[in-house]
Amino acid sequence: MKTNYMNPYLAGFFLGLVLLATIVITGRGLGASGALKSTVVAAVTSVAPHHAESSSFFSENLKSLHENPLKTWLVFEVIGVIIGGFLSGVVSDRLSLKIEGGPKVKNSFRLLFALIGGALFGIGAQFGRGCTSGAALSGMAVLSTDGIITMMAIFGMGYAVAYFLRKLWI
Amino acid sequence: MFPLVPDLISEELNLIVALLLGIAFGFILEQAGFSSSRRLAGLFYGYDFTVLRVFFTAGVTAMCGVLLLDFFGILDTNFIYINPTYLYPAILGGAIMGLGFVIGGYCPGTSVCAAAIGKIDAMVFVAGGLLGVYLFGEGYPLYHDFYTGSFLGNIRIFDSLGMSQGMFALLLIAMAVGAFYFTSKIEQKVNAEAESFTFNKKHHAIAGGSVLALGVALVFMPNHKERILSEVMKSDYIKNHPVKEMTSDELAFRILDKDPRLQIIDLRDTSEFNRMTLPGAVNIQRDQLFQKEFSNILGQSHKKKVFIANSEVDEREAALLSNEIGYENLYVLCDGVHDFVSAILTLQQPASKPKVCEFQVLFAGTNSKPMEQHPDARYIADTERFRAKASGEILTMIKEAKEKPVKKITLVKKVAGGC
Repeated sequence: MKTNYMNPYLAGFFLGLVLLATIVITGRGLGASGALKSTVVAAVTSVAPHHAESSSFFSENLKSLHENPLKTWLVFEVIGVIIGGFLSGVVSDRLSLKIEGGPKVKNSFRLLFALIGGALFGIGAQFGRGCTSGAALSGMAVLSTDGIITMMAIFGMGYAVAYFLRKLWI
Repeated sequence: MFPLVPDLISEELNLIVALLLGIAFGFILEQAGFSSSRRLAGLFYGYDFTVLRVFFTAGVTAMCGVLLLDFFGILDTNFIYINPTYLYPAILGGAIMGLGFVIGGYCPGTSVCAAAIGKIDAMVFVAGGLLGVYLFGEGYPLYHDFYTGSFLGNIRIFDSLGMSQGMFALLLIAMAVGAFYFTSKIEQKVNAEAESFTFNKKHHAIAGGSVLALGVALVFMPNHKERILSEVMKSDYIKNHPVKEMTSDELAFRILDKDPRLQIIDLRDTSEFNRMTLPGAVNIQRDQLFQKEFSNILGQSHKKKVFIANSEVDEREAALLSNEIGYENLYVLCDGVHDFVSAILTLQQPASKPKVCEFQVLFAGTNSKPMEQHPDARYIADTERFRAKASGEILTMIKEAKEKPVKKITLVKKVAGGC
């Protein structure tokens, strides 16, 4: 696998510095799934306001997020991730529309599994109050018990099921 | 000094900061190869351990940074967001995410980054993520109790494991470096074109050795709070560091005078505080002095903060701790609350007794300079008259304060965080 990616330890070091800067400046960590939540809350609220009001999840979050759920820290941060990822793609000449998956997986299956995997992550990140970035990585940096538990659960479960799903990737 | 939010950065500016930090985050994720699901999934099959390397290096780097900045008193860790631990939801959520990781090949952050460079599977993953949050929201009443249950507080892992934070940091670093070494061996067996073949061995060994050395150093770096505590708790510290004193008479005078520059800090525990305290006192116990919540009380430099407790040693300890934390204009009440009660409230002390802080008698020995060596008759008469007046009025004030609802301390807002 020839790549022109950055040395992973160096990338990790820089990522750690960005996370540290985030904690030092804002007092909070990085995240990602929270932006998904804000998007869903905003969408449900604008499409079906009555439904959003009667549902405890959407109304509670609407209250806690902001008068405008899209005007939150994580939404702006994730917009930044899109811009930053795109810039990096431009710099390293990796921009292209394509579907990537295991060598033996048909594209339609890959997309179906991406959808299912995404949905599981969406659900799991709600239970876990954060995903790999917000709970596991940022949680580890501030040595929260939650971060370490979530991280072990994510990777532990990953390894536990990897064998049964190996046809997806190898 | 840090963090800057919410004291120094406005909400709007913070969003700009979020955007900029996000750009850096996304750029590095993409440069690290996190925009490739094949690469990400390789972690679980042994052909590519990029995720492990980047993830743990980032975690260790940020953790070391937080601990170092805390040690030097630059970052106030009482104030940063610590993810709350809801034990069972965290385990279940993590497990579901682990399953989603292997099935989908991304996690939310990396999927957004991959979608940005045109990966269609990543865009579908993001859509799936939105769907997942929506489904969770629809079913929320079913597991609301589970979701909000098993709450253990905003606990830290080293407390949970009963070790010092430095020791945990060293363990984590050792685990990370060990994992880096062994996974490279695995990767080189499984994948003939493994990236780790290209690593410069010498540089990587130096980096691994340095971070381990830092880990060992961290064991000997208690956090800011522990450092100050251990410093002030040294046996001679209190004896050798003078503190400004206030006699019961002066305190009574200032209370009666409704001195706007007086702030009494009651260090006793809550039950004693609730039973009886002096007018206008705020209950802050020793360990709470470190909390940023109380900084707007302790930090009012124009006010005389008078610490009151059952013993003057406790008061001195608190005053010296506060001084080390960076607060100023601190006083202790001579001989503690009991002296105030017996001298002023119950009038059980003869006014002729020369007023010397007991602490000075005990420790300072002959060097002590009593405020009044030989009180003359007029002074005694004045003092008696003053105390008789003060006794009644302050008792009334105490009674009135008790009937009034307790003044709520306006707590400094903690940083909100999490996903």
